[in-house]
Amino acid sequence: MRAVLIRDLRLAMRAGGGFGLGLAFFLIVVVLVPFAVGPRADLHRVIAPGILWLGALLACLLSLDRVFALDYEDGSLDLLATAPLPLEALVSLKALAHWLTTGLPLVLAAPFLAVLLTLPPPGYAPLLLSLAVGTPALSVIGTFGAALTVGVKRGGLLLSLLVLPLYVPTLIFGAEAARRGAEGLDYTAPLAMLAGITCGTIALLPFASAAVVRVNLR
Amino acid sequence: MASLWEYANPRKFIATSDRVLPWIGALALICLVLGLVWGFFFTPEDYRQGASVKIIYLHVPAALMAINAWLMMLVASLIWIVRRHHVSALAARAAAPVGAVMTVIALVTGALWGQPIWGTWWVWDPRLTSFLILLLFYLGYIALWAAIENDDTAADLTSVLCLVGSVFALLSRYAVLFWNQGLHQGASLSLDKQENVDDVFYLPLLVCIAGFVLLFVALVLLRTQTEIRARRMRALLARERMG
Repeated sequence: MRAVLIRDLRLAMRAGGGFGLGLAFFLIVVVLVPFAVGPRADLHRVIAPGILWLGALLACLLSLDRVFALDYEDGSLDLLATAPLPLEALVSLKALAHWLTTGLPLVLAAPFLAVLLTLPPPGYAPLLLSLAVGTPALSVIGTFGAALTVGVKRGGLLLSLLVLPLYVPTLIFGAEAARRGAEGLDYTAPLAMLAGITCGTIALLPFASAAVVRVNLR
Repeated sequence: MASLWEYANPRKFIATSDRVLPWIGALALICLVLGLVWGFFFTPEDYRQGASVKIIYLHVPAALMAINAWLMMLVASLIWIVRRHHVSALAARAAAPVGAVMTVIALVTGALWGQPIWGTWWVWDPRLTSFLILLLFYLGYIALWAAIENDDTAADLTSVLCLVGSVFALLSRYAVLFWNQGLHQGASLSLDKQENVDDVFYLPLLVCIAGFVLLFVALVLLRTQTEIRARRMRALLARERMG
């Protein structure tokens, strides 16, 4: 299991910068927003949590089609599927690798980008917390979407369409927690809901993803 | 004892549905014409909403069918996963565009009604937002069917998507409720007599709902038949090419 994880991480780092791409996209979104809405600090302060969450979500979406695509094309997914490792564990590892290369860097970079959007200081902890709790759900749900579309040529856009409605609850609770935190309100309720979603998706979705991978390899 | 599963045989399905389809279609037409004419021309105007209340005869049945079409797809997907009857998968596929159109009708009529009554075309209200998400689910489902060439693979994948999507649709519903308390009024139809709209509006509304249900059944049967025949034709053509 560890070998698969390490292999995935190494692949992500070497093949076109897995860390770099998502982070760069996150940076682009955050930098472009003030140009789009005008240089009003009061406005930025209000929309900062939402923009940061949206940027993280889009950056996740951007890197999803690489979760299975490379392995599917060169046939190593077939080999991995016939390995003694259960397919459910394999897709979980893939999701974990995706989170380590995309989600975790986004969480760590968020406070620095929050400075650009003049997020009020009490908002940092809830923002970090909500992203840390929520991004694993994004990776797990996204892995399911990637597994669905692995057999489709140029499935990137289709993947986004499929995953978009599945991301709605995570986005609502995550951004709500960050927003309430930034306004100095109590944010335990949305954070608990977000944690519930993350735990639920981690517990259930690998089975759906594995079933879908099996169909696609048939 | 004849079993329900006999209708999973495409030949039997086509024979039976051919026999009932004209009746269902005619009944749907009668109900729709009766209900809509009755509703639009022979009911009084609401004392506060005026004539705009009449959009209820399109809006409520369409919204009901939008949700029930997804439920039907969920059941059909489960049957496909468990028993692998091809007609079931095809029926789910046939229902999706009909459900998507119903969702669009509900959204558009809602917007047309909301403009004079609420003073806005769209608000980010839980019910409205849930319907928008439902529409996205329909679009994704249809797109996935269209994107995969092998029919059985497509049926398997869309069935799993339908199951996962149903869970997330429920989740979204409660997430959106949490996120924003709405502008949309409560139910105007329920088994609880107290909550119902007045009988003057209620009876034509019931006829309209019956019409929409029948229309949905007729369309799904027709589309399923078409799909079965298209598959047969593809099989025959393929056999011909093989020589």
